[in-house]
Amino acid sequence: MALFWFCAVGAMLAVYATLDGFDLGAGIIHLLVARTEAERRAVLRSIGPVWDGNEVWLIAAGGVLFMAFPTLYAASFSGFYLPLMAVLWLLILRGISLEFRNHIDSPVWAPLWDVIFAGASAALAGFYGAAIGNILRGVPLDRSGYFFLPLWTNFRIGKQVGILDWFTIVVGLATFLAMAEHGALWVAMKTGGNLEARCRRLAALGWWPVLLFTALVASLGPLVQPHLLEQIARHPWGYVFPAIALGGLLGMKHFNAPATGRRAFVCSCMYLAGIAASIAFGIFPYVLPSSLDPGFGLTVYNAAAPPHSLAIGLAWFVPGMILATGYIFIAYRGFAGKVGIEDEGY
Amino acid sequence: MDALTVDRIQFAFTIIFHYLFPQLTMGLALLIVILKSIALRTNNDLYNQAAHFWARIFAINFAMGVVTGIPMEFQFGTNWAAFSKATGGVIGQTLAMEGVFSFFLESSFLGLFLFGERRLGPRLHWMAAFLVFLGSWLSGFFIIATNAWMQHPVGYRITATGAIELESFWSLLSNPWLRWQYPHNMSASVITASVVMAATGAFYLLTDQHRAHARIFVRTGVIAGAIASCLMMYPLGDAQGRNVAIYQPTTLSAMEGLFHTQKGAPLSILGQPDMQTQTLDNPVVVPDVLSFLTYRRWHASVKGLDAYPHDQWPDNVPLLYYAYHNMVGLGTFFIAILVFCLWNLWRGVLFESRLLLWALMLLAPFPYIATIFGWMTAELGRQPWLVYGLIRTAQGASPQVSAGNVMFTLIGFAGMYAVLSALFLFLIYFEVSRGPHADVQGPAAPARTAAGR
Repeated sequence: MALFWFCAVGAMLAVYATLDGFDLGAGIIHLLVARTEAERRAVLRSIGPVWDGNEVWLIAAGGVLFMAFPTLYAASFSGFYLPLMAVLWLLILRGISLEFRNHIDSPVWAPLWDVIFAGASAALAGFYGAAIGNILRGVPLDRSGYFFLPLWTNFRIGKQVGILDWFTIVVGLATFLAMAEHGALWVAMKTGGNLEARCRRLAALGWWPVLLFTALVASLGPLVQPHLLEQIARHPWGYVFPAIALGGLLGMKHFNAPATGRRAFVCSCMYLAGIAASIAFGIFPYVLPSSLDPGFGLTVYNAAAPPHSLAIGLAWFVPGMILATGYIFIAYRGFAGKVGIEDEGY
Repeated sequence: MDALTVDRIQFAFTIIFHYLFPQLTMGLALLIVILKSIALRTNNDLYNQAAHFWARIFAINFAMGVVTGIPMEFQFGTNWAAFSKATGGVIGQTLAMEGVFSFFLESSFLGLFLFGERRLGPRLHWMAAFLVFLGSWLSGFFIIATNAWMQHPVGYRITATGAIELESFWSLLSNPWLRWQYPHNMSASVITASVVMAATGAFYLLTDQHRAHARIFVRTGVIAGAIASCLMMYPLGDAQGRNVAIYQPTTLSAMEGLFHTQKGAPLSILGQPDMQTQTLDNPVVVPDVLSFLTYRRWHASVKGLDAYPHDQWPDNVPLLYYAYHNMVGLGTFFIAILVFCLWNLWRGVLFESRLLLWALMLLAPFPYIATIFGWMTAELGRQPWLVYGLIRTAQGASPQVSAGNVMFTLIGFAGMYAVLSALFLFLIYFEVSRGPHADVQGPAAPARTAAGR
């Protein structure tokens, strides 16, 4: 039962990464690819009607995490206190910059909102990556089941770690690059003309650093967290997850050309989902490893809610998610196809 | 200040600020559905234009509600980790259900409602408005279900390891506390939206703009507001009060300022609780009424605070007393003004009465104030418990988050929300100045509505 909820929360977070990933990425790259006001608007229109729906995945995943793994929710949210608050403020800034830019048509204010939007998107991607880095590395959970991390100490991995050390910064950068790439492929898919061409060029150029950082994280990860290697040695079928990610990564390069429709973007989704699944598989059965003593780590089993709570949750979660998928399908279908540069009405 | 105090201030501040927005949108969603229904039935395009104007106001408030709402869900874990760890198996259910059942619904159909009027046609567009309304009221239901469990925990048992396990899902959703708290809260939301709508109409009539739309705003607002404010007193407020008397008797004594048990307990109208002497200074009271309201008998004995051990008293009796009295006082005031306006509307003189239009316009902030006081009554009244009778507030905070760190984020929130308030007020001013005329080219002109929501 706890295993089901582990997969459910993992899947929701993976969907969040692929969906909100493209609008974060569009935010990161829009100052680079969109030169005119009309192009800026086209980029924003390409994410306009869906971005807040995408953020709902984060909220819903948070709620399900709270319900199914209250111990993990309590330990990680209080332990990562400062970075989570920073994430909240960045989400607020990002939301209002989009909202205000579109309500008030002003050449004075629009560039300010653009810069805030780009900065907040980039910082969010970096923070999410650093969070993944912290989960991979483990945190100083002690006997009480809690920990508290400062933002940084001496940037080294040792007894006194902070949220940011050289490893988590590398993962943060990798995430930033992957999101930017994902966003470039999304905007390329949703637009045409010069804008699409610039996105394709940026994506072609950005692919190499993504490859480099993916390789870097993949080789550093097992050094920092030896459990990853033990896990995959014990269950070799788990190689399928990194293989999916690698396939996606190669596909992103191969299909990144005009008139290839959504293939490159779908490959990028595959890449992100493959990475998410690899991480979940690699740290299993841990959900938050302890850097002090493996015995203090939170696992799928010791962090889960009591069994009857989990069973009751199942009764509403399955029909609820089927319904939700239906709404999202309707919302995306109402918004299919490319957005024009000259379209008004956003 | 210790961490617990700063945690409490931060939660109180962020929740009060957050709730200003859903408080309007939930009620407004209902009024928009009513306007759309009249438009569909009568083919009167004025009603469509009115709905369109309010959809723009709705979108701004909805966006503010979303961005200030995410911190609420996060703070359960960041600042109240011990509480979350103990109760996640129960209230995690309702919070997760809110995400799954209402947020996906709302966010998907709000986009269609705001952008899709031309594409959907009148019937499907009405449907989109209705689904947004349904989503927002479901969202309110799950949040109140969460709060109701904290006020009156039901359907749980404590396992061998000390965790709280949900035993009966049905009990959680049919909590007797929830049964009255939910309609009580939603009625307050309808009053808010009605008064805001009527006040906007009154402003336009007083400044001689958009007269045709303004009449619709005033008429809809006054009728809906008068109905909701009367329902608020009876049966909703009365039943909520009796729930407090049954399930939280200490809270009842504290909010009524009743220090000593007595037969034929009076209802205090004015007065200041004096904690040193345990009396009410300068009391203006109506004899026997509290006994009647609580037990339906004029001479029933009502327990005072002295009947309970001191460590079970709410920790801030005067603030609780004032919050409750302000809520009730304002509620009574709304009935008086709105029913009087309704009578003048029926006589056909409301639109010409500058005095009443002024009164309606100035009424706009008061439902917000009344609601803040109402929620303060609920939350201060529950003290010293976080979950009534089960977990004390002092046991709920995150054990490893220091006061200094919380102070840092509290100041951060204060700064962030000050900027948000200024931007919000500016946007509302901007939309009200544009008025309902700006997009009157028939139902098919979704140009420049809210961004992406």
